[in-house]
Amino acid sequence: MTAMTPARKIPGTTLFDGEQARKGYALNKMCYSFNDAANRAEFQRDEDAYCAKYRLNRAQRDAIAHRNVLELIAAGGNVYYLAKFAGMFGLDVQDIGAQQTGMSKDEFKAMLAAAGKVEA
Amino acid sequence: MANITGVVTTSHIPSIGRAIAKNLKEDPYWKSFFDGYPPVHDWLKQTQPDVAVVFYNDHGLNFFLDKMPTFAVGAAPEYHNADEGWGIPTLPPFRGDLDLSWHLIESLVADDFDITTCQEMLVDHAFTLPMKLLYPDAGACPIRTVPICINTVQFPLPSAKRCFELGRAVGNAIRAWNSDSRVVVIGTGGLSHQLDGERAGFINKPFDIRFMDSLVSDPEWATRYSIHELVELAGTQGVELVMWLAARATLAGDVKRLHSNYHIPISNTASGLMVLA
Repeated sequence: MTAMTPARKIPGTTLFDGEQARKGYALNKMCYSFNDAANRAEFQRDEDAYCAKYRLNRAQRDAIAHRNVLELIAAGGNVYYLAKFAGMFGLDVQDIGAQQTGMSKDEFKAMLAAAGKVEA
Repeated sequence: MANITGVVTTSHIPSIGRAIAKNLKEDPYWKSFFDGYPPVHDWLKQTQPDVAVVFYNDHGLNFFLDKMPTFAVGAAPEYHNADEGWGIPTLPPFRGDLDLSWHLIESLVADDFDITTCQEMLVDHAFTLPMKLLYPDAGACPIRTVPICINTVQFPLPSAKRCFELGRAVGNAIRAWNSDSRVVVIGTGGLSHQLDGERAGFINKPFDIRFMDSLVSDPEWATRYSIHELVELAGTQGVELVMWLAARATLAGDVKRLHSNYHIPISNTASGLMVLA
């Protein structure tokens, strides 16, 4: 039964499983609300009040304050909802890729381009 | 009885929406991506489908974690796009096909698929951008649509094998539909990419090429892998290739590759495109 076998860890990867979904529910719910422009404006008017309304825990609140994607994932965030949070600051997936890998955006883009030069 | 004109599989990256809105098709970064599509337009003109069944994955527009169906079938008269939070333009509504929706629902449940039915369903970029790439003219999409959403947000995800079986059941249902409609099946997502974690930016070109080749003559090849193995091989978002598998599985008998394109990178993603019939 493959489902019962603990799968080996994939480096640098947190699968959004039941454990993460439980831990991150409040954070993801807040980020899901950012689909609505009125909610994005409300967050930007008073970030503290908005986070309190969604009952973020300390780690989630800090990760939001730090705009730090790895911290947000550690606090239970799912990348699809986090992308809506990042989008408020004009950050695209290459910006958040660069942030998570500790590269500059140009270095990150160069890494992606290099993947296209590999012999298949 | 209805017939399947063929299958189109394509990536669905959000930045494509911005590129379309800003008319960047000839821009050096975008040209080799957009140049893949005119042969698909020609094929659609020749084959004249009336309706599209679209396998795609929602990214937090219609579904949140409060209710997360594994397989969801649209049964709406019309499907609306909406703000996804990061400002790509919203596209006009897409016409549904209620007869085909309910035929698929009845047929899939009879085949032991425990699906969720949706009489209201917002469709996100993973549905709208591929339709816009296939039908780029201004205004609303000219053909009817039935979206089928597969969960790739919250693990456990359905296995590649199960997604293939779903596709096979959808194909059999379309062929048994009492209608003279011509149906194109579309699978959107992939190919290899990973947005999250220190492994962000992961791309695996040899795997993608092998996967695309497999869809022609050995379509069940990728079903040997668990979802965990597919994440390892294709990245956390590369598992979207299950949409390609489901779409391919609707075709019966010998299949030819009529067209394909592959380009790295668009955004963080290896983009792929195939027409199979």
